[in-house]
Amino acid sequence: MYPRWLWPAFALPGVVWLLILFVLPFYAVVGVAFGSVDPILLTAVPAWNPLDWNFGWVSEVLTGLEPGGIYWDVFIRTVRYVVLSLAGCILIGYPVAYYISRHASRTKSLLLILLVLPFWISYLMRMLAWINLLSPGGYAERFLSATHINDLLYHLGLVSDPNNYLGGESFTVIVALIYGYIPYFILPLYASLDRIDRSHLEAARDLGASPWRAFLHVTLPLSRTGLLGGAVLITLPMFGDYYTPNIVSGAPTTSMIGNQIDLYFHGGPQPTIGAALTILLSAFLVLLMGYYMWVIHRASRDLPA
Amino acid sequence: MSQAVATGRTRTQEFSTWRRLRGWIGNPWGKPRFLVVITWTYIVWSIAPVLVAIQFSFNDSRSLTVWHGFTTKWYTSTSPDINSVFHDPALRGALQQSLRLAFFDVLIAVPIGVLLAIGLARWRGRGSGGANFLMLFPLVTPEIVMGVSLLLLFSQLLTIVPFGTWAQVLGHVTFSISYVVVIVRGRLFSIGRSYEEAAADLGASPPVALYRVLLPLLLPAVVASAAIVFAISIDDFVISQWLSNGANTTTVPMTIYNATRATPQPSTDGIATVIMVITLLAVVLGVLVFRFFTRGEHARGSAIDDVAGFGI
Repeated sequence: MYPRWLWPAFALPGVVWLLILFVLPFYAVVGVAFGSVDPILLTAVPAWNPLDWNFGWVSEVLTGLEPGGIYWDVFIRTVRYVVLSLAGCILIGYPVAYYISRHASRTKSLLLILLVLPFWISYLMRMLAWINLLSPGGYAERFLSATHINDLLYHLGLVSDPNNYLGGESFTVIVALIYGYIPYFILPLYASLDRIDRSHLEAARDLGASPWRAFLHVTLPLSRTGLLGGAVLITLPMFGDYYTPNIVSGAPTTSMIGNQIDLYFHGGPQPTIGAALTILLSAFLVLLMGYYMWVIHRASRDLPA
Repeated sequence: MSQAVATGRTRTQEFSTWRRLRGWIGNPWGKPRFLVVITWTYIVWSIAPVLVAIQFSFNDSRSLTVWHGFTTKWYTSTSPDINSVFHDPALRGALQQSLRLAFFDVLIAVPIGVLLAIGLARWRGRGSGGANFLMLFPLVTPEIVMGVSLLLLFSQLLTIVPFGTWAQVLGHVTFSISYVVVIVRGRLFSIGRSYEEAAADLGASPPVALYRVLLPLLLPAVVASAAIVFAISIDDFVISQWLSNGANTTTVPMTIYNATRATPQPSTDGIATVIMVITLLAVVLGVLVFRFFTRGEHARGSAIDDVAGFGI
């Protein structure tokens, strides 16, 4: 009933918009990263023609990312922060999503609203809230001192100064990352747990599986896509985060790859190196994304819809 | 004798507490009580800090840690010593800039996104796969990568776009379009094509079928996506920061960020509270309008799914 050209015409403005403001910008990054630097003004001189590309800066940054290089520590720290935060999100998020999808009955809508609420509160406000709480004399700081948890944290080696949580503690940054990103992890996980057909579990129980075995062999595998989806959804932005460490620590000892990129543009401007780092970070994330797509593809092949 | 009774009672209590404890540890997944504790602890942990921040925006002193009594001066005072949210030029400017960006973002991203969603859902031909793929990328690109690339675009290639409000609007629309597409496309699939076919059979021309049949059916999704675009635009920090040109184009999240790196004040909590209330009002309004337009549609999903859907 509709003319054939109509649907591509509908898509046209959006596609053109994304080509100019999403694809073209990547070419700008590539041009700057493979360009050169003006020897006097120290500004970037981009190379738009691939034949003129100069691979010097990118390979220099790549050398810096090798063990012993100048970015090695930052890179390892970033990976460590992201992996630990992800582990924290899974440890806290899985039981919560599981409970709300499986057991909460009367309180389910209330819990869902409370679960979604952080989405509508600015990320920066949620970080600011922790400044209120963790500053010397703040509620959380006083609570941790009164209960001697601060001594415990100190003796476990988690914090180096039990009275100054905002002075460059990796522990604070990781907890802040968990706090900031966990809502984005729980919701897709909840959605996948909620979709699980309970008759599978009943079948497992009828065949003699203990609740624990039923969980391990039925629920957990069936929630794998939600678990992975949530993990990807928070891992990718965490790798590019620079504001969380800046807000709750601000010390160079807790800086991540994002902070390094931010410094090259906003600190002492060296956009060429910044662009090279951005390209390498994107390449790394594309690999991660590719792995996720591959797993999802395999899972959808194994499980007939 | 009374003592014996008392000990007896304590013993049974102890026994049952012990059994319950063993039940939790031995079989944490069978009995949900262990999970109840984790869930509610998580909920309190996720929300209480924000409530404390709101509390200290009403603190009658500059302190963010010690409570000195209630005041609204951080919102309304006109005294020059107090940078109140509604009278300090910098804070007012940030509020205006945030709302301005969100307004233009909704105005531009929603129509483009709705058209793109319809186009992508129905276009079967050369290029449609690539366009679908392209649409997904802004959703998974870390903001700093987008910030760097837009910064370099406007400084090296499209130098006619000045940094500041217009560059920020272009950036916001770029990350918003995909959210609109995802929401509207879901609705498109759930309503199917039979209504339009019925309209065509009854003699409606294609423009009439689109305007009188498809558009009203899509309206709930359009409203929902407008509310979500408004909220993510208000919440955005990275793109606004990378594309700003200084003090005039500082948004509320940028103000909060700058304050946390210097000395945050009760008015910082105050401006965060104001923007939170505005966002929540927009979202509640969006949910109400969505529910109004979809009243009577019982078959698919429930109110709970709507609420959950609003988060993604």
